[in-house]
Amino acid sequence: MTKVIETFKLTRTFNGLTAVDKLDISVESGEIFGLLGPNGAGKTTTISMLCTILKPTSGTAKVNGFDIVKEAMQVRRSIGIVFQDPSIDDRLTGRENLFMHANLYGVPAREQKNRIDSVLKLVELEDRADDLMRTYSGGMRRRLELARGLIHYPKVLFLDEPTLGLDPQTRDHVWKYIRELKEAHDITVVLTTHYMDEADRLSDRIAIMDYGKIIALDTPAKLKETLEGDVVIIRANNPNAVLSLVTEKMGLPQAHIVNGNVEVTVKNGKSMLPRIVETATHNNIFVESISLREPNLEDVFLHYTGRTIRADSSRERHGMSAIARRRIR
Amino acid sequence: MTELRGFYTLWFREVKRYLRDRVRIISSFFQPLLWLVIFGAGFRFSGQIGGLNYQEYIFPGIIGQALLFTSMFMGISVIWDKEFGFMKEILVSPVSRVSIFLGKMIGDSTDAVLQGTIVFLLAILLGIKVDPITYLAALPVMLLITFGLVSIGLTIASFMGSLESFGAIQSFINLPLFFLSGALFPLTGPGIPEWLQIASKVNPLTYGVDALRTIILGEAWQPLQALHVNLAIVGVFDVIMIIIGTWAFTRMK
Repeated sequence: MTKVIETFKLTRTFNGLTAVDKLDISVESGEIFGLLGPNGAGKTTTISMLCTILKPTSGTAKVNGFDIVKEAMQVRRSIGIVFQDPSIDDRLTGRENLFMHANLYGVPAREQKNRIDSVLKLVELEDRADDLMRTYSGGMRRRLELARGLIHYPKVLFLDEPTLGLDPQTRDHVWKYIRELKEAHDITVVLTTHYMDEADRLSDRIAIMDYGKIIALDTPAKLKETLEGDVVIIRANNPNAVLSLVTEKMGLPQAHIVNGNVEVTVKNGKSMLPRIVETATHNNIFVESISLREPNLEDVFLHYTGRTIRADSSRERHGMSAIARRRIR
Repeated sequence: MTELRGFYTLWFREVKRYLRDRVRIISSFFQPLLWLVIFGAGFRFSGQIGGLNYQEYIFPGIIGQALLFTSMFMGISVIWDKEFGFMKEILVSPVSRVSIFLGKMIGDSTDAVLQGTIVFLLAILLGIKVDPITYLAALPVMLLITFGLVSIGLTIASFMGSLESFGAIQSFINLPLFFLSGALFPLTGPGIPEWLQIASKVNPLTYGVDALRTIILGEAWQPLQALHVNLAIVGVFDVIMIIIGTWAFTRMK
């Protein structure tokens, strides 16, 4: 396996705030690499630097063997990008957008028609290709952007939140396309997401990112294995009492309150269930219900950060108002 | 080769989008029509300028006005592209900013010249005498005039974040350039205050309008400068504005 992306202490600060902090990661050729983290974790900043849109404050990276600072043009020729926000010309037809892209990336004129036809087929937009894109639905626009990112046969395809704002059915479709594209074109895919299931379903390896740093990096299966066990979900009218019960009295440190329930990660879940209920009853705590499930990536994130990704919506709103402020200025 | 194709595709996009916008093309008939018919006919009886009736006198000026307003307005496409995200697609492509700027600029200039052509068609309808050869001779001059003006619009737009602020700045520039160009009335000779004469002399559009008059009115017009001097001044103005515009696009994120 060769390394298609390598970063060397890649760092970016904005007005003294460190968005990406001395990042050292490498992406193998042919894999789907997921960057998972809450909004504001530094995922888009990382991708923007790898795509030569942003210059790093310090450190550097190599994409397809080219330095992102010194050889930006070669990097640009090696990559395809699907941005988080739409980036199509909706006054042109789908096909016209694709032709423009092919010309901007220097695809030989005699190959353009064939390549465009084949990517249109891949994302099932052949019959809408000659309609103005303003008549497309959100999901169709997204699919066309995916197709567009492939026309120039990039070595690496960057997908920044590829299914943000799409309905569940369309998300399923887009996931299918991403898998197919990777197989059909033998490319490396780097995607950012804050959807757990997306990272889990798509990625060969996942880097969990928080506050500009990678806090865990492995295959989805291995990441979940690090939790060593099952998650017990306890519902009670006094979750705080249950929390102190399991952590102090029972010595189970990996316990958190999630959505008003207490979730405990334990080694042997099945034998733990009766013991928890018993101990609770002894201490006059009434357990309303108790259940068991396999750990997911949310638990992994919780394990490493002590927070849930979704609980960070306040931070997300903070981020949005920061953007709004920047625009007003 | 990649650069050339990038340039071509950006030029083609501007022209295609313009031709598709029927509302804009149809509405673009009206403003010059109002100037030529109401303003031109209204002042026709108030006297002659250099042996020409007023309608004939302002006809080249109205072409200059159409070129000016359309060119400056074209900057709006940069703001649209920023707003709708398409600018990102262009800016991260492996095409140099010089080609990106030139493609957009010359595409917008082409649109502006098409707008100028519409004024020619109106003139024929109004009975002003123009023949096809005059039009063909005026074509490259119109193009030369628009290069610099489009570059101003694109440069301003590359710094602006919203349509509103662009519109406000644009009207600040459009009207002085128009009124001080001699498009509607002569700004040289006795009786004209000296400051007005100076202001008109530093206005690049003055030379563009004079060149258009020389070509369209022929012998009947007594030019301010020889045609080649006018064209050289407009050309220098173009080069300066293109350099500034390219620089503005290079620093755009």
